Amino acid sequence: MASEFAVELRDVVKKFITPEGNELNAVDHVTMQIKNGEFFSMLGSSGCGKTTSLRMIAGFEWPTEGEVYIEGKPMGHTPPFQRKVNTVFQSYALFQHMTVFQNIAFGLEMEGADKNEIEKRVKRALEMVQLTGMERRKPKQLSGGQQQRVAVARALVKVPDVLLLDEPLGALDLKLRKEMQLELKALQQQLGITFVYVTHDQEEAMTMSDRIAVMSKGKVQQMGTPVEIYERPANRFVADFIGESNFLEGTIKSLSKEEAVVFVPQLNAELTGIPVSDGLVNGEEVTVSIRPEKVHISDKVLDVNSFTGRVTNTVYIGTDTHVFVDLMGKQIKVFEQNRISRLDPGSFYSIGQEVILVMWPDNVLVLKKG
Amino acid sequence: MNPYRRHPVIQIATVLVYIFLYAPIVVLILYSFNASRTNVTFEGFIPRVSERVEMKGSLVQAAPCGAFHWFCELSKNDDVIEAAGNTLTIAFASTFVSVIIGTMAALALQRYEFKLKPFSQLSLYIPIVIPEIVMGIGILTLFSQLFGLLNGALGLTGDSRLSLGLGTVIVSHIAFSVPFVTLVVQARLQGFDKSYEEAAMDLGANEWTTFRRVTFPMILPGILSGGLLAFTLSLDDFVITFFTNGPGSTTLPIYVYGLLRKIITPQVNALSTVWVLTVFIAVLLLQMLQSREQKQH
Ligand SMILES: Nc1ncnc2c1ncn2[C@@H]1O[C@H](COP(=O)(O)OP(=O)(O)OP(=O)(O)O)[C@@H](O)[C@H]1O
Ligand SMILES: [Mg+2]
Repeated sequence: MASEFAVELRDVVKKFITPEGNELNAVDHVTMQIKNGEFFSMLGSSGCGKTTSLRMIAGFEWPTEGEVYIEGKPMGHTPPFQRKVNTVFQSYALFQHMTVFQNIAFGLEMEGADKNEIEKRVKRALEMVQLTGMERRKPKQLSGGQQQRVAVARALVKVPDVLLLDEPLGALDLKLRKEMQLELKALQQQLGITFVYVTHDQEEAMTMSDRIAVMSKGKVQQMGTPVEIYERPANRFVADFIGESNFLEGTIKSLSKEEAVVFVPQLNAELTGIPVSDGLVNGEEVTVSIRPEKVHISDKVLDVNSFTGRVTNTVYIGTDTHVFVDLMGKQIKVFEQNRISRLDPGSFYSIGQEVILVMWPDNVLVLKKG
Repeated sequence: MNPYRRHPVIQIATVLVYIFLYAPIVVLILYSFNASRTNVTFEGFIPRVSERVEMKGSLVQAAPCGAFHWFCELSKNDDVIEAAGNTLTIAFASTFVSVIIGTMAALALQRYEFKLKPFSQLSLYIPIVIPEIVMGIGILTLFSQLFGLLNGALGLTGDSRLSLGLGTVIVSHIAFSVPFVTLVVQARLQGFDKSYEEAAMDLGANEWTTFRRVTFPMILPGILSGGLLAFTLSLDDFVITFFTNGPGSTTLPIYVYGLLRKIITPQVNALSTVWVLTVFIAVLLLQMLQSREQKQH
């Protein structure tokens, strides 16, 4: 393989003219480097430009500005049938008038493979997705999950450098989706092919990906491993979009190399000892964020970042209890794991009860504004 | 069980509809076996073999065809054979061309955006809604003006002059068939997801292979029904053909109309019977083909 990166987007912009006649940057100066053999996901809510980015890699759309590179080569206006990437479509797009065998063989026929070779490779592809014996069926005679597997087999039989998948599990029910997630991941590891996966489901992205690009409004908000994205969100959008977060507005009161003290007017209190990254200045207005499961409920006031509040609501959801605490008019969400046995967790905290919340400095994040 | 199925009113209505639809055809077929050559009343089935019947003013031995007398007569009628040949030639040629033009038009209207698109779409309906007679006169005027000009300009005389004939009928049939084909194919394309074509290209097929292997087979049912529509429209078109035909390009509807103005012999009925049966068998075959196709899916 010539290049370190299987796919690279350099400063790519895609403009569309909407039916209303406005110009829209569906993809807005996106730069991404997807490494060889990586399971890479694009994650974002509806309309953020995931599909458009993927379609530019496949060659169905051309960038308005910037360039897409595959294996280090600039793609320009190379048509899809000359790119060594294959796509699994959200709707599968299986050819209805062909059998499963013919669907999978199609791509090999286009390469000019001979009959024996086609038969051998289709057979192997079917084994890979556990559909042996279904050759003669038409797509309509398969269940959703089976159709999905045919779509994967049809793309993978070509042994592409990169496999593009656009919400391939969107149409499946939850249980099957979870199974397929693991299967796809296992398949990717076994084949070592680069997967570029589009989804709006953060759990799916977290489960499967080596790295994730979180997108919003055509821009990449953050790119990193699932742990990085969850534990070190780059901004408020990512902290809010991935998992849940409590946000507090504040100003930096004092700053050392590693730590900061943030004054939070809402609580009329200071959060001390908070680890910081570069680029912050004294007096800067910042957003402080802390995950609900990282807020600790204590029975006594500790000497760091302890606040007394009142329980306004509790929700029992099995694995956790969600406790909503009012801190001087600011609602803080706390997830408490249900480690206790036999006890009725609902009675653990009663509404109106006074509790002490502790925000350990290491669990608090300082996010720049804007 | 469907509770409405056995209601007597519905049963009666059904029977009435069938009578209304098919009684004329049954009568028509019956009269093609009529003993009477004027065909005003039914006078029993045609000549028992030994009987003598009057034909063309003289008494002759009844044909060996028996009850199929008028069919035999028909088969000896060169004018009918020629008209049938013309009708089929025109129908096949105009269907073939209008299916190609109509399919291309439908595809273009589906995938491209252009300034005059709303106009193009609207213009499809014009030939359908304007009275056929207006279109017939229009086409005739066009041809005669055009031919007049060309004949003058090229100095054509005598037999080499451009004039009405098979060609003009075919062209006019193409003109009124294209909108029908386009609309039928368009309806089929409505549900056609462009991701099928993208999938084909993604798998390595170029534009032409994609069309041949994926798009065409998927819209084929639409193309076939459009073609069938064009074919039947051409087969029984009278008005436009009336204006645009010339010597040697008489079609069956025009020929039958000509006969009716003289005398109606059961020959006309025999002709109609053959016609109805042919269409019936064709439709039956098509149905069988389609249901086999569906079973495969
Ligand atoms: N062909 C097009 N013409 C005009 N606008 C388009 C076109 N394709 C996409 N868009 C717009 O570009 C934006 C991004 O679309 P895109 O399909 O990439 O979103 P997405 O992230 O895949 O969303 P989803 O999760 O809903 O699939 C949307 O606002 C969409 O309306
Ligand atoms: Mg999408």
